[in-house]
Amino acid sequence: MKPRYERPVLVRHGLGGANKFGALPGLRSMKTFEGIPVDELVRQYGSPLFLFSERILRDRYRELKDQLARRFANFTMAWSYKTNYLGAICKVFHQEGAWAEVVSGMELKKALRAGIPGRQILFNGPAKSAADLDLAFREGVRVHFDHLDEILLAEKTASALGIVPEVGIRVNISELPVPTWDRFGFNLESGRALEAVRRIVRRGKLDLRALHAHIGTFIQEPDAYRMAAKALGKFAITLEAEEGVRIDAIDLGGGFASHNTLHAQYLPGEEATPSFGQYVERIAAGFDEAYDGPEPPHLILETGRALVDDAAVLISTVLGNKRLLDGRRAVIVDAGVNILPTAWWYRHEIHPAQDFYGTAEPTVFFGPLCMNIDVVRDRIMFPPLQVGDRIVIGHVGAYNVTQWMQFITDRPNVVMVSSRGEHGLIRRAEDFETLLAQEEIPSWL
Amino acid sequence: MNPDPARLRDLAISDSGFVFDPFTGYTFTVNATGLAILQALKEGLSLDLIVRRLQDSFELEGDEDLARDVDEFCVRLRDQKLAR
Ligand SMILES: Cc1ncc(COP(=O)(O)O)c(C=O)c1O
Repeated sequence: MKPRYERPVLVRHGLGGANKFGALPGLRSMKTFEGIPVDELVRQYGSPLFLFSERILRDRYRELKDQLARRFANFTMAWSYKTNYLGAICKVFHQEGAWAEVVSGMELKKALRAGIPGRQILFNGPAKSAADLDLAFREGVRVHFDHLDEILLAEKTASALGIVPEVGIRVNISELPVPTWDRFGFNLESGRALEAVRRIVRRGKLDLRALHAHIGTFIQEPDAYRMAAKALGKFAITLEAEEGVRIDAIDLGGGFASHNTLHAQYLPGEEATPSFGQYVERIAAGFDEAYDGPEPPHLILETGRALVDDAAVLISTVLGNKRLLDGRRAVIVDAGVNILPTAWWYRHEIHPAQDFYGTAEPTVFFGPLCMNIDVVRDRIMFPPLQVGDRIVIGHVGAYNVTQWMQFITDRPNVVMVSSRGEHGLIRRAEDFETLLAQEEIPSWL
Repeated sequence: MNPDPARLRDLAISDSGFVFDPFTGYTFTVNATGLAILQALKEGLSLDLIVRRLQDSFELEGDEDLARDVDEFCVRLRDQKLAR
């Protein structure tokens, strides 16, 4: 029998190595998503296509919750809306028991509209308007403050309503083994957090109850959480002893890494990412160091990407092949950084959605935008692809369907698949009418 | 224009598709199709004859564009300075 024809390939060694046998480490053909053929889903919903697994969302949530339950008597997970605020995604997490963590008036309204009681909503972020604060206080939402002007505005708003709402402040910590963010909240070590507390107490218009910190994102060093938990714990104890403030909640924000791989990272995320157990153990160790004796306060986490990233894939279709001057094979696909901004952060996992054969080569995946920056993956050993073939881009659940943009093309359908084989739209694709609907042409033109 | 067969004859090409260029020291891997084209170019065959040889040697689906593939492969050889 004659060998099957394969397009001719020439690979120079030292470019990442050639693999003649197609059996690429880590590469597998992903013809189904949660048991449903990718082809069938694309036929129904089009390409590109975001697919979310309800099962993985719930599994990830329960995994973290179980770990927390082993260590803490009193804890809450608040779903970080900005990570993915599609109603269906929020609903799954709220069904699992999550509170809502919001960072804008829009997100606040979204949580309220979803029926989340105000006392289960946490309102963070550096930009809250008087109207946002008014709504939050009326609904009993806990607001965490970022800066002094915001506290002033909140005091005015609360006084006008004739209430003294329970609030928190965001604290940033310098002494951590990770790059620290000092732009959010009040710094701990320099004494600014203490000043802010004293100010709130002195004026008596707000009832300070919570300390909040979000120490960064995609933190691969779990010990940073021990240090943050310890620092906030000690600060809470000091406040109680010296200022008469009873802190009833310590919110450590989000920041756990998902199973993605950062551009600068050597080991793939599947191997390098700490488990939920490791993070939680470190938080518990930090509380143990701060509280020898008294019960630590209610622990809140606002985990975002680590809960949702791994639950979604993006299906994309090959539009063309070409050869770059440096020898890399370039593949143009119909999904670009317009709908996958996390490609700037991550070396996203990519798999073929059909059987593959042939020589693997260093390959770059370009999106469909007429822009040099539209690179989905700049180098991956990949078997040949034909026009119309599909790829499955992994770990895309966090931030993409909130940060995506409408740039020269419509945003595509987003679908959820249940563990029982049901599937349905959770966000309808935009179309030409969506584009025009927002525009106006002024009468003088 | 086909690449100059004389230059190609200087390359060491193994049956498994390993290619060594003694002038630069670079090594390459070609797949079975690439190997067949390289051999045919060394023999000085024309594009038509190379396409016919590929048709005889491989199982085809029917929608391949062999002439384009051979053309692109020659460009690739020139890019890598394996051909003039
Ligand atoms: C205040 C706050 N909480 C939680 C999160 C969620 O973070 P992550 O997705 O890293 O878990 C963020 C994200 O930026 C945030 O700013």
